[in-house]
This record gives sequence, structure tokens and C-alpha cells, in this order.
Amino acid sequence: MIVGDSKPLEEILEMIKDKKQVLVLGCRGCVTVCNVGGEKEVGILATALRIAVKKQGWDIKVGEMTLERQCDPEYIEELADPIEEYDSVVSIACGVGPQFVSERFPDKRVYPGINTTFIGGAVEHGVWAERCQSCGNCLVHNFGGLCPIARCSKSLMNGPCGGSANAKCEIDPEVDCVWHLIVEKMEKMGRLEELAEVWPTKNWLTSRDGGPRKRVREDLKQ
Amino acid sequence: MRLQYPTNIRVIQLPCSGRVDILHLLRAFEDGADGVYVAGCMEGDCHFLTGNFKARRKVNYVKKILEALGIEPERIEMFNMSSAEGPRFAQVAREFTETIRGMGPSPVPKAKAA
Repeated sequence: MIVGDSKPLEEILEMIKDKKQVLVLGCRGCVTVCNVGGEKEVGILATALRIAVKKQGWDIKVGEMTLERQCDPEYIEELADPIEEYDSVVSIACGVGPQFVSERFPDKRVYPGINTTFIGGAVEHGVWAERCQSCGNCLVHNFGGLCPIARCSKSLMNGPCGGSANAKCEIDPEVDCVWHLIVEKMEKMGRLEELAEVWPTKNWLTSRDGGPRKRVREDLKQ
Repeated sequence: MRLQYPTNIRVIQLPCSGRVDILHLLRAFEDGADGVYVAGCMEGDCHFLTGNFKARRKVNYVKKILEALGIEPERIEMFNMSSAEGPRFAQVAREFTETIRGMGPSPVPKAKAA
């Protein structure tokens, strides 16, 4: 899932302080699963904003709504009527949400209420970790199912580096050295000799280095 | 026992303090409550094992929200007491009322009576 972090309330208040009608807009996709932008968080953020508004004596109406997804135009369309009552939107979807909403409703101010942080998974309840960097050319099967691109601080294809100590990365003793995990896993699988292969420099053109990416499926396109 | 405790306290009963939701706590402040506290069972005595610990974590979460809004985080607290401790319930009610009274009214205006 796409994982995000709530923006500080102070920052969101600064965005909306001169507005009159603000809609806090959630998304039932990834951000619901990582507890940052679903219906529940919409309620919490909108309530917190209403408390601030009352406290400051501002005249701002704060509404709540949650869409099935904010990354599909058909769901954004559901906003067409309700958005008429608002002059601005605080979208607590990933970075796609505020862009899709402002593209569809160009006369509204749309603010991002969360910072999109990474593609990852829940490693325990309430803890999420990065697992994918969307490099566009998945190779995890060569590394015991562990991604050296997303999980090695240097994205090394031939690791570990000299900074690995006691299975931890030199950037932070809390961060696992993924190359240590890869070696352990491959050893356990009896595939250690596969790591003797030297990987050539990775072609990053499939990643962001090739510019913004687009995917087209001709059979689905209308 | 017929113990007296301040009449300003509005008791909302829940099956377990773990049922407390961040939204419940925030809505009380939105409606102008001067202070809110959660009275849960003694730590280690939760019938559902961790309900009171979860409640405490939610209270701490709300403290952070209040702080960000410029409202004293001490306006929300978590207390642990057993259901057999009537006198402690009354004592906490009195003490918390005094603490909040010392802080003065909430900076959030009261909701108009319906």
C-alpha cells in the first residue's frame, strides 16, 4: 500500500485559516489501511479543525466526506454536487488525491493533508515499513524475496557494503542491513552461490530517472 | 455508599475503557467540555487484557492533538481504578474537577444547548 503521515495540524490550519468552507476529504484506499486518511481519520482531522476554528473564533465551516478512491475519476465525480458548498478541500489521500481533485475542480483550492512517504506494508499493528521503490523492474526473486533497491540505504545490487555491522545499517542501528538478511535467507535456501553473480549497473530508466511514467493497456482503453 | 462527587461530571458508560475512541474524546472538547478523563480498570486487571492500556494510548494521542491546537494537554487524563473503589472514583472526580477549575474554562466556546 501507499503509506503516508499526517501533516502537522499547525500546517493544515495555516492553509485553511482564510477559507470559509473546508471539506476534509478521505480515501478508502491505501490510506485507510495505513490509518492516515480513511473515514476515521477524516472525522478526527475535521473535529480537530472545528475545535481550532471555534477556539480562534474563525468563521469556517468544516465538512467531512470520504471517497472510495481518489485516484479514479469516476469516484472523484461523486464530489461534483457536494463540493459546491465548499471553497477548499483538504485531501488526506496520497499525493494523487489532491491532484485529481484539483484537476477536476479547477476553481477550488485543494490542499494535501498528508505527506505521502513510501510504498510498504504493515510489519506489525501500527508499524509500516518501506518495501518497494517502484523502480519499474522488479528483481526480488534474485535476492531471496528481499528488495535491495528499497531496503538497502544505498540501493546496492552487490552488497553488503562496508557499513554493515551486526546485521544493522550504518545509517541507523535500528535499520536492518537488507544485504545481511539476503545472505542469511539465501544461505537458508541453499542458494548462496547465486550471490556470487555480479550484477551490472542497474538501468534506472524504468524508474523515475526516465521521467514521469505512464501505463497503457490498449485492450482496456476506450 | 452514597458518595458525593461534583455534579459537573457527566459520566458516559462504556463496556471497557478500550472502547473509548479518539473521536469520542475530541467531540467532547468540540462541544466545549473543559476537561475529559477516562476511568479505566487497574492496569493488569482488564477483562479484555489490554483495553485500559489502549485507552491510555488514545488519551496520549489526544493530548498531542490538543497541544497542537494550543489547548492545555492536561485537560485530558487517564485514571485507573477498580470497580470496587467507589471512594477513589469520587476522589478522582473531585481532584480532576479542581485541576480543571484551576485552569479555567476551555478556550473552545461551549456548544449551544439544543
